[in-house]
Amino acid sequence: MSFDLSNAVLRPLSNTKQQSIPVVSTKLSMRDIIDGWKVRWGFGRNRYLVKPGLYACGNPTASSMVLVSANYKLSFDALRKELSGIDAWILVLDTKGVNVWCAAGKGTFGTQEVIRQVKNVGLASLVSHRTLILPQLGAPGVAAHEVAKATGFRVVYGPVRAKDIPAFLKAGMKKTDAMRRVEFRLADRLAVVPVELVHAWPFAVGALLVSGLFWYLSGNLTPAAYFRYAALFLSPLLVGSIFFPCLLPLLPFKAFALKGCVLGSSWSLFAIGIFRLNGMEAASYFLLSTSLISFISMNFTGSSTFTNLTGVKWEVKVGLPIMITAALAGIVIIAVRLSMFLMKG
Amino acid sequence: MEFRYILAGQSLTLDTEKCIGCLMCCEVCPHNVFSFAEGKARIADRGRCMECGACARNCPVSALTVTSGVGCTAAVIGGLLKGGEPNCDCDCGTAKSKKVRCC
Ligand code: SF4
Ligand code: SF4
Repeated sequence: MSFDLSNAVLRPLSNTKQQSIPVVSTKLSMRDIIDGWKVRWGFGRNRYLVKPGLYACGNPTASSMVLVSANYKLSFDALRKELSGIDAWILVLDTKGVNVWCAAGKGTFGTQEVIRQVKNVGLASLVSHRTLILPQLGAPGVAAHEVAKATGFRVVYGPVRAKDIPAFLKAGMKKTDAMRRVEFRLADRLAVVPVELVHAWPFAVGALLVSGLFWYLSGNLTPAAYFRYAALFLSPLLVGSIFFPCLLPLLPFKAFALKGCVLGSSWSLFAIGIFRLNGMEAASYFLLSTSLISFISMNFTGSSTFTNLTGVKWEVKVGLPIMITAALAGIVIIAVRLSMFLMKG
Repeated sequence: MEFRYILAGQSLTLDTEKCIGCLMCCEVCPHNVFSFAEGKARIADRGRCMECGACARNCPVSALTVTSGVGCTAAVIGGLLKGGEPNCDCDCGTAKSKKVRCC
């Protein structure tokens, strides 16, 4: 299913002999913005494909530059938004609706696809120059020298962030060091939070069930008492999904699971204090909450921009069994409490 | 703010003999791992390398090698469950994505 670009496309381009090429707007409409927001919260992501091929921006001519992008609508929107007042061609690759960096890692934003699209749209007869501008984050999938050999087009890697494109072009396609670096600032880390939260729902269900059990065992069956336990058990999800990304650079250790363990045990002790838990209640809460926060934290490697595969494999191999053991120990304590309770009753 | 991760860049190798000093690796590396001196690239700080593979892919004389992959827990666990190599077919950045590393 392709995304309906009708609100992005202004008109077909008429000043070339080519078949009609859609001209895209450099302004995002309200709908683009709302849809982008929905994607961040995980709704309707599969409609986010742009039809691969050539698009025009402004009034491009044979000497206008060619910018290459992925057919994930957010990548495409991020690019066209920065091109106001610039005449350019946009060549959209078929990356199966995956953004540039991920697609480059998978190889769909790749050497062969660049070559295929350049030939498909007849780029060599449309433009007089022989330069393609690719996003730098596409480099893991594309061998510039192989594209040059196969198509005659020289590949120039543009900046990491689309917002630096105007400055990059103004400087005559020169990047500053900062434009080349991937960052992971607070805003970048927070951008991931909504999807993390939406996908944490199975844990939320589990947390509500365990809260019910604690409530039952407490003997105080008022709604207020239930909400107290629900808050207690939902808090690790929020701590893991929101506090962890915020505090990432401040937490000690390099492995995410260890950072998460520091955060998780501090939070658990704090919660035990303010909720005045004790004995087996406190012990099982500590084990469950700490292992859950560690796990959510370790999962954040997938959203980060600097973790390597070797390290993640190590974390999973060493960390996961410890987390599972701790969580099981917490569950065993709850089971013991339950059976003691039932025997008494 | 500079981040460092465990076991960073251990698989990255540079054969200085082969290097022709084209600067492509310096151009594509998102973490400023390389420096350049006397017409050759040099691994200045492998502790920043995330093994993305961009440098090796774009070195025209294959002077660089790296075992590249995506440092994603979901992919590693997915690989363990299926008994294969970790693979990033969690559809990041698309419909069923859990991860927006990606976006
Ligand atoms: S693998 Fe990626 S991060 Fe590591 S040196 Fe090469 S380009 Fe830089
Ligand atoms: S890309 Fe290869 S040849 Fe070019 S500077 Fe780097 S190591 Fe040397």
